Amino acid sequence: MSVIDELQQAVKNSPRQSPGDEHPMSNFLRMDRIPHIWCPTCGIGTTVNCFAQALERCSIPLDDVAVVSGIGCTGRVAGYVKTDSFHTTHGRAIPFATGLRLGNPKLKVVVFSGDGDLFSIGGNHFNHAARRNLDMTVICVNNFNYAMTGGQVAPTSPTDSVLTTSPYGNFETPFNLPFLAESVGATFVARWTALHIHRVTESMIKALMKPGFSFIEIIAPCPTIFERKNKFGDGLDRLKFYHDNSEIIHGAPTKDVDIGLRNKIIVGEFVDIERPTFIESMNAYLKRRLGSDYDIYEG
Amino acid sequence: MAIRYHDNPFGKHKPGGPKGRVVIVEDGCKGCGFCVEYCPNDVLVLSSRYNVKGYHPPEVVHPDKCVNCGFCRMICPEFAIYTVAIEPETV
Ligand code: SF4
Ligand code: SF4
Repeated sequence: MSVIDELQQAVKNSPRQSPGDEHPMSNFLRMDRIPHIWCPTCGIGTTVNCFAQALERCSIPLDDVAVVSGIGCTGRVAGYVKTDSFHTTHGRAIPFATGLRLGNPKLKVVVFSGDGDLFSIGGNHFNHAARRNLDMTVICVNNFNYAMTGGQVAPTSPTDSVLTTSPYGNFETPFNLPFLAESVGATFVARWTALHIHRVTESMIKALMKPGFSFIEIIAPCPTIFERKNKFGDGLDRLKFYHDNSEIIHGAPTKDVDIGLRNKIIVGEFVDIERPTFIESMNAYLKRRLGSDYDIYEG
Repeated sequence: MAIRYHDNPFGKHKPGGPKGRVVIVEDGCKGCGFCVEYCPNDVLVLSSRYNVKGYHPPEVVHPDKCVNCGFCRMICPEFAIYTVAIEPETV
């Protein structure tokens, strides 16, 4: 009997537990599209679970939520959540979300995308959305490389990381995303890893409920490229690494939270401030200038 | 006396903590082992069977130890495991 025959035999003989009940998150996820395309032990699915849980706990009607993604592995999230969702062109998730939010200010707009899409191709848009304090939540799953296209160096790849386009190691200085987000004006900034599922969910709830531009970075394993090329093992080994090497410091100065390849990862909620949002500032300013000629914009 | 009273408040059998029944969607599993590693009560192990995709799905070995914390459901990247609360027996 060949190995293949043996495998087929084993599959045939394997007793299956029939799933008797609905998955508790089936109101929030398009279960008909699952299994999804992400690799075994990839961390993105876990972050989607946290997001579904956060939506459930916020009890915002699902019709009032829109999820916008760009291109990349994380960009696929828009296809798996059962809300209005849109999979935009590369890097343009935030511009699309901006239009959505300004056109219908009653929507909760969530941008769910990867580090390459948000900070390289779409970096400019991130800066300006945060500067204007547009009312949206940006969730960035950071796996330190351009995973879907084969593992090129991204603006978040730590110095020394070995990737397809840095066979001798990366000599560039990566972005420190919380520092970037704070300096361009985000009102809520948090960072967690894919292992901190309850804390990620809590931060997502805070971010969804907070008016203004909120940003959450979630560090997640990419076993197929980043972990393999840098000899970190698979996703489970990486979760153990996060467990041993992440330190929670709420309110840590964001300039000190940069990530080295094998260093401690500082996680926590770093920034939580109040600033008038784009629509609030527009209404207040134009009301002051134009008086009764101006109608307050509410969508 | 006080202690016995605590065990049997008002002469009734003291109810236990929450309990859960684990449901595994075997064919959706990609064998990552996250649930097995992070279940706080070691309810699960990776089985030696294969599912249709050729991965080893988890298997429940201590069903009575599940406290329905939901950690396995939250950490599963494949949405392939969840738990259902078992209603406590009425006394
Ligand atoms: S390539 Fe990496 S990030 Fe993309 S699905 Fe696979 S493990 Fe996840
Ligand atoms: S619900 Fe909690 S105790 Fe029960 S199997 Fe899952 S992780 Fe273990």
